[in-house]
Amino acid sequence: MDAELTSLTRVRELMARAVGDEKHEESSTSTLDALWVLYDRMLRVDPADPSAEDRDRFILSKGHGPVAYYAVLAAKGFFPEAWLDGFMTWGGRLGSHPDRLLVPGVEASTGSLGHGLPIAVGVAQALRAKGLEGPRVIVLTGDAELNEGSNWEAIMLAPHLGLGNLTLLAIDNHSSSIPMAPWEARLGSFGWRVRVVDGHDHDALGAALEVREDRVPTAVVADIPEGEW
Amino acid sequence: MVSEMRPTIAATLTELFEHDERLAIVLAEISADLFRHVRRFDPARAVNVGIMEATMVGVAAGFAMEGFHPVAHSLGPFVAERPFEQLKLDFGYQGLEGTFVSVGGSYDYGAEGGTHHAPGDVGVLSTIPGMEIFAPGTAAEADRLVRAIYANGRASYLRASAAQNGESFDVEPGCLQVVRRGSGDAPTVVAFGPMLSRTLEASHGLDVTVAYTASVVPFDADGLASIVGDSPHVIAIEPWYEGSVTGTLAAALSHVPSRVEAIGVPRRFLRSYGTAAEHDRDLGLDAAGIAERLRAMLAV
Repeated sequence: MDAELTSLTRVRELMARAVGDEKHEESSTSTLDALWVLYDRMLRVDPADPSAEDRDRFILSKGHGPVAYYAVLAAKGFFPEAWLDGFMTWGGRLGSHPDRLLVPGVEASTGSLGHGLPIAVGVAQALRAKGLEGPRVIVLTGDAELNEGSNWEAIMLAPHLGLGNLTLLAIDNHSSSIPMAPWEARLGSFGWRVRVVDGHDHDALGAALEVREDRVPTAVVADIPEGEW
Repeated sequence: MVSEMRPTIAATLTELFEHDERLAIVLAEISADLFRHVRRFDPARAVNVGIMEATMVGVAAGFAMEGFHPVAHSLGPFVAERPFEQLKLDFGYQGLEGTFVSVGGSYDYGAEGGTHHAPGDVGVLSTIPGMEIFAPGTAAEADRLVRAIYANGRASYLRASAAQNGESFDVEPGCLQVVRRGSGDAPTVVAFGPMLSRTLEASHGLDVTVAYTASVVPFDADGLASIVGDSPHVIAIEPWYEGSVTGTLAAALSHVPSRVEAIGVPRRFLRSYGTAAEHDRDLGLDAAGIAERLRAMLAV
């Protein structure tokens, strides 16, 4: 078993530690592979200095089902693994939706859908205003979350501002009553560069997420086939 | 010529913008022309997002998360009510700093109809823990308050209006001032923001103490408690929905039996079209109307 799989196995153990042995909720497990690829391969973040100025910014807009997020953050050392024992319990720091004021490494307090992407546009623009060209902003949404109109305001705005430092990572587990595909046509018509990849394929996710366009925001759609988690 | 609040606030922010590289301005078309200079000066931190107020507030939150002092601005209904959840969560819940400037008061756009009225702004925003609320009474006070609050580390709402008082005060957050003192046990009338001049006119000849504040939250509870007697009768004169501040006044007087009343905008949609002055007259919020209600409350 290679090192990455060993680590991911550890993350799954941490998820079980948080929620017990029952089946993880779909909204959490569907994000696991993408979150792992982000934190294991791509994001320039330092658990010892989670607010470093030159870090990449990751916003989990889809705050639902954050167990995978917490498990990845714990596995990467942002907070003690023992915190997972208190998931959603009195006195614990890890709630059903993440709180930036309670959890190291969490950039935004989310849970109400449709907030993360507009905030991410602001962060990306603010990085530009500070002259920080290196850091990237990655915001993760669900497919059904993109039903919310505020997202489409931000989707309209980001290309207008030329935010090449912004990446939308949409997890399409086909939970939306209104199918969001075809993604290329929808997001592309607003001026985004769009790639749809297998949401469980780490290499494909990594390759898609590494792409950064000049003054064009990028969208990576992680497709989770219907019926799969 | 009396300066108006909106251009004064724009000029103040323009001056601050040139000297404070952490000030960011986020607009949603409204007043874009007034901020043309800052958008040329540094377009990276002066953004007109278009007509999308939820995203205006979200983008401002993004700036705040990066250490900027964001200021967002629109008409009252479009900065206080439409993006209420963004104000509540992106700023309130996340503990971020930001200043939200509205124009239009309750019904300055009196001929535009109820879609452009916002007498509920103070009531709704006061439900957000930590959100500070200011209502300047003149353009000079607006200038003073903008400078005091834009980088104070908290979320603030500044409510600009077309109506102004005839005199400016050295207003500060959390500060109540006595403008006219009555006899020892005289009732106290508290005028908020642009209601002071008409309150002074309405209370002429009445034995009342008239106090003034432009700071709704934080409210100067100690200041009010210090000027009332042992069984206070306090009447708020407020330019928004009547009763929006009575809980605050009652809480300030919780140490003694008190009687708290209010004269403000009645809680109904306005179906008439006209100037703000015409609405004031119709609703009993001009000096004559306030005087009539004051006399009834004071039984004189």
